[in-house]
Amino acid sequence: MTRQIVILGAGTAGTIMANRIARTYRRDIRAGRIALTVVDEDGPHLYQPGLLFLPFGRYRPEQLVKTKKPLLPRDARYVRGGIERVDPDASTVHLESGTTIGYDVLLVATGSHIAPEETEGLTGPGWREKVFDFYTLEGATALRDALAKFPGGRLVVNVVEMPIKCPVAPLEFAFLADDFFTRRGIRDRVEITYVTPLDGAFTKATCSHALAYLLEQKQVHLVTEFAAGRVDGAGGKLYAWDDTEVPFDLLVTIPAHKGADFIGRSAGLGDEMNFVLTDPHTLQARRAPNIFAIGDATNVPASKAGSVAHFEAEELIENLTRFLDGRPLEPSFDGHANCFIETGHDRALLIDFNYELEPVHGRFPFAWGPVPLLRESRLNHLGKLFFRWIYWNVLLPGRAIPGVPARMSPVGKHTMEMDQVSRQAPPPQHKAHAPTGV
Amino acid sequence: MTATGSTYRQLDLDAEGFLKNPQQWTEDIGREIAAESGIPLTDRHWQVVKFMRDRFLSTGNAPSIRSLGKESGVEIKELYQLFPKGPAKLAAKIGGIPKPHGCI
Repeated sequence: MTRQIVILGAGTAGTIMANRIARTYRRDIRAGRIALTVVDEDGPHLYQPGLLFLPFGRYRPEQLVKTKKPLLPRDARYVRGGIERVDPDASTVHLESGTTIGYDVLLVATGSHIAPEETEGLTGPGWREKVFDFYTLEGATALRDALAKFPGGRLVVNVVEMPIKCPVAPLEFAFLADDFFTRRGIRDRVEITYVTPLDGAFTKATCSHALAYLLEQKQVHLVTEFAAGRVDGAGGKLYAWDDTEVPFDLLVTIPAHKGADFIGRSAGLGDEMNFVLTDPHTLQARRAPNIFAIGDATNVPASKAGSVAHFEAEELIENLTRFLDGRPLEPSFDGHANCFIETGHDRALLIDFNYELEPVHGRFPFAWGPVPLLRESRLNHLGKLFFRWIYWNVLLPGRAIPGVPARMSPVGKHTMEMDQVSRQAPPPQHKAHAPTGV
Repeated sequence: MTATGSTYRQLDLDAEGFLKNPQQWTEDIGREIAAESGIPLTDRHWQVVKFMRDRFLSTGNAPSIRSLGKESGVEIKELYQLFPKGPAKLAAKIGGIPKPHGCI
């Protein structure tokens, strides 16, 4: 009997998993013992890290997209189409076309998307004229045109609420805007303000401490604990729920994020923002033992970032194998994330952290380096640019990055700092599966 | 419900006064934390605090402000009137659960 593995979503996480599964089970798939199906709404595969650079003219839109199918393994069946819902009790996926696909194991990798309509007035008058997002190809391209002719004034970067994809991108945007307007020769006519719902520019205490100088150096004003409630685009005002206001001439918004709509239509699978309720260590869905989730689609308290999807994939392939073999799962994912932070003027810094440990100073990935942690360097900037090649050629094919293991390594890190920083309390339950779900 | 005096400050707390162990919480401790934070607790406050705490204990995640607004029975606008500045944070603190964290 053929066992059906179905992956929903052919973005970063879904493509990585499809390639890993096809490689791990090549003989089983070719012998008909296992079938691998990938379901995705059609459209190009977007290199999302490039969206940060597009508004500043450093990439053109066509440099950031590729056709999806050639990125997937030949041994996978690729089904194009919208997903209506998942029925976890029947182990079936219902497509909008009316087709039903049964599965033995389901991997949900449908990511997250911005939901500007969740904030009053955000998509009203002024949308894509004075108010822009840069988390979509259309938004980033429109913003590029607006920045090129911006005459000066108040540029406000606002994070509406967490969680968001690539949580440090909005701050990087502010730093790159400083660089951009300096090069355009009008920096003195632009006031840049970063408005966040959090109590610091970074959510990690060590980062806020070690990197506070960046905001000062780049003259980025900081407004914290600002919970955006509505936007008056035409009038150029951003309002908090308590009616405090921040005026703007150009608003760059990072709207609320949601998981895929079908998750909301699949009883008990997700939370109120359509993120799959997921065990943070095994990546098994709370709703059913034969459903796993990976990447931005989950509700685990890790960053929504490609590096996290990559590290999760290394652990998830192990748990998938264990599940298919009927062995207990290994609760091994540690929340490992690894991000370059672009600081403008061709420099960047690198941070490496997980669920429990905050980013610290040191060297990466080996004790000798070559890359410094939590400190700006040109090498990090080059690393960030080189990452686009790694993404298409190493990450998506599901290969390991040399020297960068899935679990965070203490090598090269100044771990004394770790003891001094506050630690996040882990979630109270680490059970592999809670059958009652929500 | 026998706790009296400054029981709260004798518990395991993080640097910002959030309980490290949600099991040590009682309603009286919640009242102490609220008083210290300058929040006069009404039934509406309790509705939010208890929703927050129950959700955390059952799912391992503290609800976001948006889900509080959608599901606690108190709308976001009112949440900011009840808990100025940070409803999710303050309700978590009073409810004896760890500080909700966004991720970097």
